[in-house]
Amino acid sequence: MQTFDLEAEGLRALNETLHAQADNTNQTKWEIVNPRGSHAIAVGLDAPIEVNVKGSTGYYCAGMNQQATVNVHGSAGPGVAENMMSGTVVIEGDASQYAGATGHGGTLVIKGNASSRCGISMKGIDIVVHGNIGHMSAFMAQSGNLVVCGDAGDALGDSIYEARLFVRGSVKSLGADCIEKEMRPEHLEILTELLERGDCDAKPEEFKRYGSARTLYNFNIDNAY
Amino acid sequence: MKDNNQDGPPRTTPIQSATFSNPINAEIRRAAATGIYDIRGGGAKRKLPHFDDLLFLGASMSRYPLEGYREKCDTSVTLGTRFAKNPIHLDIPVTIAGMSFGALSGPAKEALGRGATLAGTSTTTGDGGMTQEERGHSNKLVYQYLPSRYGMNPNDLRKADAIEVVVGQGAKPGGGGMLLGQKISDRVAEMRNLPKGIDQRSACRHPDWTGPDDLEIKILELREITGWKVPIYIKVGGARPYFDTTLAVKAGADVVVLDGMQGGTAATQDVFIEHVGQPILACIREAVRALQDLDMHREVQLIVSGGVRTGADVAKCMALGADAVAIGTAALIALGDNDPRWEDEYQKLGTTAGAYDDWHEGQDPAGITTQDPELMARFDPIEGGRRLNNYLKVMTLEAQTIARACGKNHLHNLEPEDLCALTMEAAAMAKIPLAGTDWYPGKPGTSY
Ligand SMILES: Cc1cc2nc3c(=O)[nH]c(=O)nc-3n(C[C@H](O)[C@H](O)[C@H](O)COP(=O)(O)O)c2cc1C
Repeated sequence: MQTFDLEAEGLRALNETLHAQADNTNQTKWEIVNPRGSHAIAVGLDAPIEVNVKGSTGYYCAGMNQQATVNVHGSAGPGVAENMMSGTVVIEGDASQYAGATGHGGTLVIKGNASSRCGISMKGIDIVVHGNIGHMSAFMAQSGNLVVCGDAGDALGDSIYEARLFVRGSVKSLGADCIEKEMRPEHLEILTELLERGDCDAKPEEFKRYGSARTLYNFNIDNAY
Repeated sequence: MKDNNQDGPPRTTPIQSATFSNPINAEIRRAAATGIYDIRGGGAKRKLPHFDDLLFLGASMSRYPLEGYREKCDTSVTLGTRFAKNPIHLDIPVTIAGMSFGALSGPAKEALGRGATLAGTSTTTGDGGMTQEERGHSNKLVYQYLPSRYGMNPNDLRKADAIEVVVGQGAKPGGGGMLLGQKISDRVAEMRNLPKGIDQRSACRHPDWTGPDDLEIKILELREITGWKVPIYIKVGGARPYFDTTLAVKAGADVVVLDGMQGGTAATQDVFIEHVGQPILACIREAVRALQDLDMHREVQLIVSGGVRTGADVAKCMALGADAVAIGTAALIALGDNDPRWEDEYQKLGTTAGAYDDWHEGQDPAGITTQDPELMARFDPIEGGRRLNNYLKVMTLEAQTIARACGKNHLHNLEPEDLCALTMEAAAMAKIPLAGTDWYPGKPGTSY
């Protein structure tokens, strides 16, 4: 296990060191102490390493992650795991706005609650939130899965494309073009796997599924002529 | 005056209303028939105060010219000197603006890369991500970071020579993008993670930051991911250039890209193109003033765009204080867009060469703004690259000709004092004296 004191050594040195880890590194386990809400911690990683952040993080922790596993033993600021491509990011506490925004792949697990715009514009990422999520979540969500064990705020899935949303609790309101959809066996199967991956013991049968009504897919033109 | 009605009593001549003109009435009828606003490509078509309203004074008793073809007149520019380890060095100050793969075909993007590389300048990706063709053929490639984040990934980010965070575009400051279903081929759909054939909207706001304080942190993230190596540009539409430039500098930009309302777009609402934003002429001096007030003029470079067509336009931008320009529409025309050789086909599409702007429909006879394999095959990227290089060369020679005539051994030495304005509007907007006077509206210490 390698320990890195962020306060003593600084952000540039941290990311430089983590970027230097190649696929075959044997320094696979890292612990970052004294994160103290710093921004851009462990961004742009691209190696199969495990990074444990001992405390809370500022903006964009684990941004654009590839391959790595990043565990935040605290809460995460805005844009955690934004544009993640692969790997796993786990937040023990809560996450601020835009968690998992535009993520293309990988798994983001939030053990607490997530704020507004969780999964905004998601493009293939899987997000599992143990608690609640805020308003405008999954706005323009293109693909991937968002699982919410608690409640969802206003305008869930506004202008959604092909992402799948699973919510166990209440949904304050659905956004434009987002509707409740039938939970078929294949969806229960997907959800079961997601809950397992997200270390969550909720029962798949308790969830409802939401997705696109696909009425905004083409401009509505009056073709009377 | 006698009316030409020979039989009956004299009658008035029919008068076409200037307010309800034929084009306006036609648009009312079109709207009534279809229930959807007009979507088109290109920039503002209305007449606007522009670079043509400025003239150079040239040398005289008090200024020596440089010898036409002989004496050195440097055209190089370095972009990104503020924070980046590897600033971009260009031989000419004319760059190729960001135009998306999706709006343009793969071969068209390749041609832009080829032409720019031959001419010693940079080209730029666009909404929809980076293509192989483009990276492969562009010596210097700027990677756009847009609200949609279509095709955005860290591998391509690291391949870029600079990153351009797009906040806005001159054609539609405050608006997002649009790519209609006809152009969503398998390849485009895959790059954007969206189903084939649907109308794609690109968001108008970035998904994971709001406001300049957030942007500062976003830029920190981008720099950390790319090891502080490449310059970061911020592109804004011509809305509030003084404040936008100030805030871009505060957010940590190495380069500010300022795009006026004449700037082209792949597709947006006509009402947006024609009615939102300021002409580039009105924006440049304000952006330069912001840089000067921050003591950042020439430290943070300024690239301007929106209707740049000729070497004279380039020279005028330089004289107003820009470090470089970007071209979109003009580059497409150089490649062969709107060429009269396709007139028969433009006619079939209900338009004419020079007016064709339905780029979003994907039926471009010139094979440039399309994803249709048959139309695309009409366009030769090698020939396109050669033509673009020629055009860039001519623009540069023209700008040098003017600079030498003004006694300047570098394009950057051109200055506002080299100019006069032909109209009151241009004088006011560019803060350049009206020809024959030493005055412009709003000049400090004067009252009119
Ligand atoms: C076909 C086309 C596609 C464009 N796509 C983008 C884009 O993806 N991102 C962007 O920031 N600007 C885009 N623009 C705007 C250009 O980057 C640039 O601001 C503009 O073309 C400059 O004005 P000009 O066309 O008068 O030279 C596009 C313009 C055109 C003509």
